[in-house]
Amino acid sequence: MVIEVRNVTKKFDTFTALRGLNLQVQPGELVALLGPSGSGKTTLLRVIAGLEFANEGQVLFDGKDAGSRHVGERRVGFVFQHYALFRHMTVFENVAFGLRVVPRQRRMSDSDIKKRVLSLLSLVQLDRLSDRYPTQLSGGQRQRVALARALAIEPLVLLLDEPFGALDAKVRKELRRWLRRLHDDMGLTSIFVTHDQEEALELADRVVVMNQGAIEQVGTPEEVYDTPATPFVYEFLGNVNRVPCRINNGKVSLWGIDVAAETHDGTPIPEGDTAGFAYVRPHDIELTPVGQGEPAVVRHVAAAGPTARIEVSVQGVVPLIEAQLSRKRYLELGLKVGQQVGIAARAARVFPASASPSPMAGSVSG
Amino acid sequence: MAVVVSSPATTRGTWMTHTVLPGFGLTMGFTLVYLSLIVLLPLAALVIRASGLGWDQFVEVVTAPRALAAYRLSFGAAFIAASVNIVFGVLVAWVLVRYRFPFKRLVDGLVDLPFALPTAVAGIALATLFSKNGWIGRLVEPLGFKVAFTPFGVVIALVFIGLPFVVRTVQPVLQDLDKEVEEAAASLGADRFQTFRHIILPSILPAAVTGFALAFARAIGEYGSVIFIAGNLPMKSEIVPLLIIIKLEQFDYRGAAAIGAAMLAASFVLLLVINLLQRWSRRRMGGA
Repeated sequence: MVIEVRNVTKKFDTFTALRGLNLQVQPGELVALLGPSGSGKTTLLRVIAGLEFANEGQVLFDGKDAGSRHVGERRVGFVFQHYALFRHMTVFENVAFGLRVVPRQRRMSDSDIKKRVLSLLSLVQLDRLSDRYPTQLSGGQRQRVALARALAIEPLVLLLDEPFGALDAKVRKELRRWLRRLHDDMGLTSIFVTHDQEEALELADRVVVMNQGAIEQVGTPEEVYDTPATPFVYEFLGNVNRVPCRINNGKVSLWGIDVAAETHDGTPIPEGDTAGFAYVRPHDIELTPVGQGEPAVVRHVAAAGPTARIEVSVQGVVPLIEAQLSRKRYLELGLKVGQQVGIAARAARVFPASASPSPMAGSVSG
Repeated sequence: MAVVVSSPATTRGTWMTHTVLPGFGLTMGFTLVYLSLIVLLPLAALVIRASGLGWDQFVEVVTAPRALAAYRLSFGAAFIAASVNIVFGVLVAWVLVRYRFPFKRLVDGLVDLPFALPTAVAGIALATLFSKNGWIGRLVEPLGFKVAFTPFGVVIALVFIGLPFVVRTVQPVLQDLDKEVEEAAASLGADRFQTFRHIILPSILPAAVTGFALAFARAIGEYGSVIFIAGNLPMKSEIVPLLIIIKLEQFDYRGAAAIGAAMLAASFVLLLVINLLQRWSRRRMGGA
């Protein structure tokens, strides 16, 4: 099903959660809404589900306005962040709930309900736990019950709010793969909310990066990672060094390369000398023996794993700069804390300071 | 100086699991002494007093027709009143938790009034209201409803004093009810009634049953508010506490104690049943 969000604005009392959002989701897509807390991603999901109603704008399902349709009539499967299981019902009854509340003339027979619930439970690999109560299950199992319950009504869309937020790292990884398979096998259209960029980049077909009630960028994981549209996306997605610099007539010379400054919204770069920020990914930084490149001093080394993370201080730059080297290169240089080295950049992008997100928005990215 | 170290692990029984919380001995000891003094001792005295009668006489006193009628009224009216309160108490709690309206705090405070009001005052007020010339009595009596000085009046008084119990036990549970659970039910296609019937009601049922038990227990023992409105006709509108008072006034201390003991036994059994009911409903909530 095609889901279209058109100019949606949502206000809570004095707080504007969504500011005129536009988004289109194609059938069969798995889309991630990614952003820091308070960016409006959950609100957007709830507006699509019909749990919240937009003050302005429309939500269209297959081109038809869904605004007048109540959440129960939209055929959305909603998986809540804390699962919202019915604690006084067994796993079986939880999953059967959506089938049992159907008006009598359209309701399945009891034996059909039983068959369907059992097949869903075996799909989520919980068939042996059907008599348990939710409090007797682990977090990952509860998550799967919530999913089976949402799937029972044969939803046209599956909406998941922070589906893996409350799970430990190992379970999270397993469930992620499993969800991806499930989505593909059932031919669902799914949207999930997350604040975990790794999760969004690994799982989704397309990532919607949100900030302060607006969409910063929509694209495939590669697109948003490799060519972030805005400074915010740069800071939110993946590790990045933010280096304060001076822009001179639209150009910056940084650590051996010349970079042209750009703005994401087309506003012209101020003439002459202005403040700006250069964004450099750690893997785009090269460390060299002392004497070549800009002088720097090694401050911290974390060399476990396939790549070595080196933090260096560069004269005139306040934050420590993180560089990522291959293990081989790290051993070649024989880096130690306190050692003098040279630093060079392979690639960087520069935005004027006026276009950078506030420090608060940036700090959430950690 | 010799140092004697006694190991608590060896002196204490194995039934006590180790805990980091201090003060178990002190608080447990205090609790036992306190409960013995305040609850157990008077009850024991009551039983001992009643046992002075001898079995045959005891049975005769507690099964006298007048006593039986009084039990029927006391327990019956208390049960009806608690049943009324469980329905309307849940309703009041619902309104107080779910809706915003002017003077909500005032209404909320009003619920506690039956707690605070001296019961005799409540009884006199109700009796005046429902008597033949009272505001309400004047309206309903011509229609054939005689409230004051009938068993029906007893029920009214017991409803009045029992109301806060259900409201105050259900209210916090309703407040803590996860909004997401209701949304989940709605997203699965349940309408408001189905959500209430299948999701909300089972969640608040244990609390409502607790409130019922409290209101019921309070109503059985209620004296002050009832005697003014009951009329106190033997065999008709005489409650057990009043019967006990009458026996005391006639210096029939053993008879009073016997009826008291019978009342105690009945109350104990009833509360036990209610407690089991609660445990059952709580277990259904998954040990919550």
